[in-house]
Amino acid sequence: MEPALIRELQSLLGPANVLSQKEDLLLYEFDGSVEKARPEVVVFPHTTGDVSRIVKLADKYQVPVVGRGAGTGLSGGALARGGGVMIVFARMNRILELDLENRRAVVQPGVVNLDITRAAEHAGLYFPPDPSSQKSCTIGGNVAENAGGPHTLACGLTTNHVAALELVLPDGEIVRVGSRHGDAPGYDLCGLLVGSEGTLALVTEITVKLSRKPEAVKTLLAIFDDVGDASHTVAEITARGITPAACEMLDGWTLCTVEDYIQAGFPRDSAAVLLLEVEGLREAVESQAAVIAKICTTNRAREVRTARDEHERELLWKGRKNAFGALGRLAPSNYVLDGVIPRSKLSEALQRIQEIGKRRGFQIGNIFHAGDGNLHPILLFDPRDADQFARAIAAAQDIIRMCVSLGGALTGEHGVGMEKNELMPLLFSDADFDLMRRIHDAFNPDSSLNPGKVFPLSKCCGEIRVRKASRNATARK
Amino acid sequence: MSTTASLPVRLEALLGRNRVGATEDELRKFMIGGRIPSAVLKPRSAQEVAETVRFAASEKLALVCCGSGSKLEIGMTPQRYELALGMAGLTEIAHYDPADLTLSVDAGLPLKTLQMALKQKGQFLPLGVPGGESATIGGTVVSGIDSTLRQQYGTARDFLIGAEFVDGTGQLCKSGGRVVKNVTGYDLHKLLIGSLGTLAAVTRLNFRTFPLPETCARHLSSFSDAESAMHFRAALLSSGLPLSNLEVISPEFSAVAAACLKAANQSVPASPSSSGWNVYAACEGHEAVVRRIARELESLTFAARAKKSETLSASVGEALDDFMREAYDHLISTSPSVVLARIVLPNFTASNAMEISRLAQGGSFRCAFALRAWGVAYLALLAEAEDAATIEELSCAATIVFATVAQKRGTATLLHAPLAVKERVGFWSAKPPDFLLMQRLKAVFDPQTIFAPGRFAGGL
Repeated sequence: MEPALIRELQSLLGPANVLSQKEDLLLYEFDGSVEKARPEVVVFPHTTGDVSRIVKLADKYQVPVVGRGAGTGLSGGALARGGGVMIVFARMNRILELDLENRRAVVQPGVVNLDITRAAEHAGLYFPPDPSSQKSCTIGGNVAENAGGPHTLACGLTTNHVAALELVLPDGEIVRVGSRHGDAPGYDLCGLLVGSEGTLALVTEITVKLSRKPEAVKTLLAIFDDVGDASHTVAEITARGITPAACEMLDGWTLCTVEDYIQAGFPRDSAAVLLLEVEGLREAVESQAAVIAKICTTNRAREVRTARDEHERELLWKGRKNAFGALGRLAPSNYVLDGVIPRSKLSEALQRIQEIGKRRGFQIGNIFHAGDGNLHPILLFDPRDADQFARAIAAAQDIIRMCVSLGGALTGEHGVGMEKNELMPLLFSDADFDLMRRIHDAFNPDSSLNPGKVFPLSKCCGEIRVRKASRNATARK
Repeated sequence: MSTTASLPVRLEALLGRNRVGATEDELRKFMIGGRIPSAVLKPRSAQEVAETVRFAASEKLALVCCGSGSKLEIGMTPQRYELALGMAGLTEIAHYDPADLTLSVDAGLPLKTLQMALKQKGQFLPLGVPGGESATIGGTVVSGIDSTLRQQYGTARDFLIGAEFVDGTGQLCKSGGRVVKNVTGYDLHKLLIGSLGTLAAVTRLNFRTFPLPETCARHLSSFSDAESAMHFRAALLSSGLPLSNLEVISPEFSAVAAACLKAANQSVPASPSSSGWNVYAACEGHEAVVRRIARELESLTFAARAKKSETLSASVGEALDDFMREAYDHLISTSPSVVLARIVLPNFTASNAMEISRLAQGGSFRCAFALRAWGVAYLALLAEAEDAATIEELSCAATIVFATVAQKRGTATLLHAPLAVKERVGFWSAKPPDFLLMQRLKAVFDPQTIFAPGRFAGGL
């Protein structure tokens, strides 16, 4: 990287907001994925104007730019694959406006997901998307990846809760899309931008929709001695047209690991549990919970427990949301996969995951959003062992291929990033890529924003046309 | 460009004789704003749609995708219009997995036919949209027409999970998939919703389906003035009761409803025929839930000092619900000259709802106003004449409404109007701030500008 660019960035933002020493940059070469790529300089803007000026400088020096929130992403979306400038939004973390009457919050991208709910809950409102990392992940990252979470089963993904965005385009221009009060005239640009993984624009302000907290919530824990029975239960709940607020499955092996770490009250001797939540009006909650409990029992659940109070409920969710952390204690690294299948194929998918695990030599845990068919198989491995690493990647690809063969998709909530970009042709044709590439180029013609993501490198928008990416960038091909 | 005279013949050579229509009746069916296409194409597959689009692109012929034709007047008149691409031949339900609550359906299938197929499995698509028997699922989504079930189920944006379409280069493309949670690739299907056919020819749509509600209830209450009705609306919204629809309707809107119900030999509820402002509330779902909502509605109307209030009988409720769903069609056919605008304000208070609904009063036309729960209002100016003076009056009124809405930082869209009014007033109250990006997208999807050019404002 040219020292002149670093000097200009320092004079623009102040030296405290620019990192360029190798030991500082090391922190930013990871996210939650197994990928690795180091930026050449990390900057911390405070305003949209800062972001626009940074982008213009990057343009002047012809280096790529990647946005990053808290770095909790699981597909390498916030890694500097082309080196260059990483814009970390951590210091753009203000809630700019809370409009409780119209249920809107205007926030900067660095605001932590859960902080939006914390700010609004006194008025009985909350922000529904709840990724497991919601205590640390930022709304900017949620928007880029169209993040989900357990409660997206009934509430939808981030895209269903975003009304408007402020963007900085690769030439530094600032544009607003969407409409605060909804129903923006013209094309739904907000819908296109959310989930575009930072490849079209940088998002510098988000207007989110707040939802009313439900009158009643009931959390059930159904315990099974057979994983197949748990899968059939999910399929039957779905087929009966019941949409719980959340429907999560944890397999027996994962349960024991979680219990060792957090004593959430999960049984250690079961094959699987379903963590089910229903919410809404009291009457609806009572009747849905009763029907769900009956379906569980009919499908041979050993026991169906109901959380007696908020404390018990929180404990169960703590166990679920910290499961990945619990598994992290078992091996130097873990690989959380993200694939989607039609819900009616759950049982078959879980069986095939175990077969793949056996074939590739891994114990694979499953802790996932069963209600919407969003699988999260977890592979534990040691990345220093080249053979293990290669087998982990191969097993992951086998699993994703299996999802597609069952009529599913590559990712339900983590994004494509640089984890699955080469698998995209499993789903998309040359014509699909051609159109997506033209859309990409209409926003990001030089691939200066987040190069090497989403698209297979052979389908352009990748390194081929990346600006003179740094010689010392450590992108793993 | 080659002459259009030989066009039907060349199209017949491309697609076969039975795929091309050029009789006067066929062409008139798809007339838009007085413009008649030179040929109507009747493809039977996505591949045939793609071939047609490639042909149109190579000859730079403008084409408009047409379903039943029920919403072709929404938007501006296309600047050019050579071909009507009739989608009625694409009617397959390609995939329906009731156990998974997912569906993949051709764009030309009438929504009503689709709903009947879903009903057999106890499911439905929560699109409470106008269009009667014939409106197609493709036209419904692409027109972006509002659904009366939106308060409970959201819009098509919330349950459209994928689409297949032919872009302006004639390539058959897709986005999304058939699973209910999916973030693979750009969400291009969202761009198609409400795009008025200016981006692509949609051939297939994938949805998540919903179980039919066990039961429903409809409630109507009448207030002496708009302010009391709006207060009641606010009380309902803050009660947190999950309503499927909630509309505040003006006396004139109620009169149109009463007339329509009467014409259809339906018994008319006491309230809409009265002179006050009415509030229509509907809910559906589990029986115990519906019972409770109905009960609470009664006590809230009592607290709000409604003049009259009633939970409607099943048959009257259904008739009124049908009217509300079909209101767009009823309003535009109720008088010889009708201007229908859709208005969204940052905050619909009693005073600005009143202001908007009064703005247009005082002329020789009637003014009907309805405000839906999610903050979208419909304003209809109903004139009994079609002469120049009436058109002038309607244009002035619409212009004032647009200006006022813009001043209040809201947006207004002209859904229906006599051609002369449309040309004077335009489609949007103001150009959106992201218009430049929209132009770029239009150029990407439709590089030869063949899809309904100019149907949106600003030449999109």
